Amino acid sequence: MTPDNSTASEKWNLRLYTAGQSPKSLAALDNLKRMCEQHLAGRYTIEVIDLLKNPRLAKDDQIVAIPTLVRKLPEPLRRMVGDLSDTERALVGMQIKPQK
Amino acid sequence: MKMERPQARSLPKAPTGIPGLDDITEGGLPRGRPTLICGGPGCGKTLLAAEFLIRGATQFDEPGALITFEETGEELAQNVRSLGFDLDALVEEKKIAIDYVRVERSEIAETGEYDLEGLFLRLGLAIDSVGAKRIVLDTIESLFAGFENQAVLRSELRRLFRFLKDRGVTAVITGERGDNSFTRQGLEEYVSDCVILLDHRVTEHTSTRRMRIVKYRGTTHGTNEYPFLIDAEGFSVLPLSGLQLDHAVSNERVSSGVPGIDEMLDGKGYYRGSSILVSGTAGTGKTSIAAHFAREITRRGGRCLYLAFEESPQQLIRNMQSIGVDLEPPVKKGLLKMHSSRPTLHGLEMHLVQMHKMVAEFDPTAIVVDPISNFIDTSSAIEAQSMLLRLVDFLKSRGTTALFTHLTSGRSALEATDIGVSSLIDTWLLLRDIELGTARTKGLYVLKSRGMPHSHEIREFVLTANGIQLKQVAGNAGKARKKQ
Repeated sequence: MTPDNSTASEKWNLRLYTAGQSPKSLAALDNLKRMCEQHLAGRYTIEVIDLLKNPRLAKDDQIVAIPTLVRKLPEPLRRMVGDLSDTERALVGMQIKPQK
Repeated sequence: MKMERPQARSLPKAPTGIPGLDDITEGGLPRGRPTLICGGPGCGKTLLAAEFLIRGATQFDEPGALITFEETGEELAQNVRSLGFDLDALVEEKKIAIDYVRVERSEIAETGEYDLEGLFLRLGLAIDSVGAKRIVLDTIESLFAGFENQAVLRSELRRLFRFLKDRGVTAVITGERGDNSFTRQGLEEYVSDCVILLDHRVTEHTSTRRMRIVKYRGTTHGTNEYPFLIDAEGFSVLPLSGLQLDHAVSNERVSSGVPGIDEMLDGKGYYRGSSILVSGTAGTGKTSIAAHFAREITRRGGRCLYLAFEESPQQLIRNMQSIGVDLEPPVKKGLLKMHSSRPTLHGLEMHLVQMHKMVAEFDPTAIVVDPISNFIDTSSAIEAQSMLLRLVDFLKSRGTTALFTHLTSGRSALEATDIGVSSLIDTWLLLRDIELGTARTKGLYVLKSRGMPHSHEIREFVLTANGIQLKQVAGNAGKARKKQ
């Protein structure tokens, strides 16, 4: 599979589901920002959804684990769980890097 | 943890409302605690869990939350509709909340630490949205297929059960039977309060569903395997007890419907609530005696349940009309209910459960099982005996008069019933071929009849267009010996 970052103009729309200010949620956001700055600078948006404030969305969006990262764009939709501390797996999961 | 008051002896329980199950659990499932229901595929665990929830919402004013991991809400609604429950309406009325939790590993990459807080939020939401007192998780094992990190899952499961207890909901967790454990993922490790095992067995081409309470902490419960049935009205479990000899006994008599037989039985007929066995070789007129009895019961305004295992109701009605016993009017009046089925269609236990159900629904004053011998052919002697024992026990406890017919084979001694039921039977009529001079005819005699002086004669048994006639046998015309 070709890595998605081949098209430099492509927009990245990322959504991170968290539960309040838990350490895992905070770590996930930090790691996500760092990766995006490094690989997708200027062409990404991160939307953080705090499920403590809106638990209904956990049901609607089929969230079980926290934190969960959903790549809404580019298609197809990708889901990852975890605090993104395993950068290698996170990049592969988001398909910023090709799968080895 | 709240301290339990020392005087609170018995564990609070949440009734299931499922016929029989509350009897064997002595009141229901442990209230505010989790119960594990496990069993192989197709054993009915999802349906049992769903019924617990639905009955809670409809019968006990306890709303419920249904968390399904395998089936979508629509699929589940469809499944329980077959049991006569309208899940959609209950959701509409805010009595039940459904959340379908989908986990598929192929979709999920794991990139570091996580927990299942999302699931907890959803459980909390489902509980709060209807004020749930009961919750079903069907089946939580799916999580193990969805996530790689077993250590996280196990610690989260532990947290989950704590969460459920803290919320005070009565929970039912289902799990697939494992090879060497009750569930594949060892859920029993987390659910220590109550474990119910369901089993679906096929012996000699007939299937029997059974249930066993493996564990119920802090309470007594039935420890046997109990057969259960899933039909158009949901679950019913048969609580089987040993023969209890503490039935209320009636002195009232019921006519057999044949004057000659009544005459042999102290002139009054059977005792109400007793068990009567009519045995004989093929074609001796057992069914005719049963039909006379059924007609007599209904003629006096009683209700009779006629279980025919050899003939269809129409056939039986036609045949009995030929001897002047018209069973059609009582059927039309709703006093006589006929039910035919093949003995081999279900296992023995299933028949028993079904009989229980029919008796409970129709509430008959008398029941005819014609013949009981077919069951013996389809099962082992011990099983048949224990079934008959339970049936007799059940009918006696209700005060229902029961008449069983039994086909004896020509070869074996007529008095020898293969099932050894004699001790259960109060009145035993025997039909046999007799030789009168040079003619061969049929004879009837009373082998025993408890609690009454009865005739010891053999009477000639004749089927006429006007029913059964009993005649004195020549040379035997002396007075009936009386026995106390």
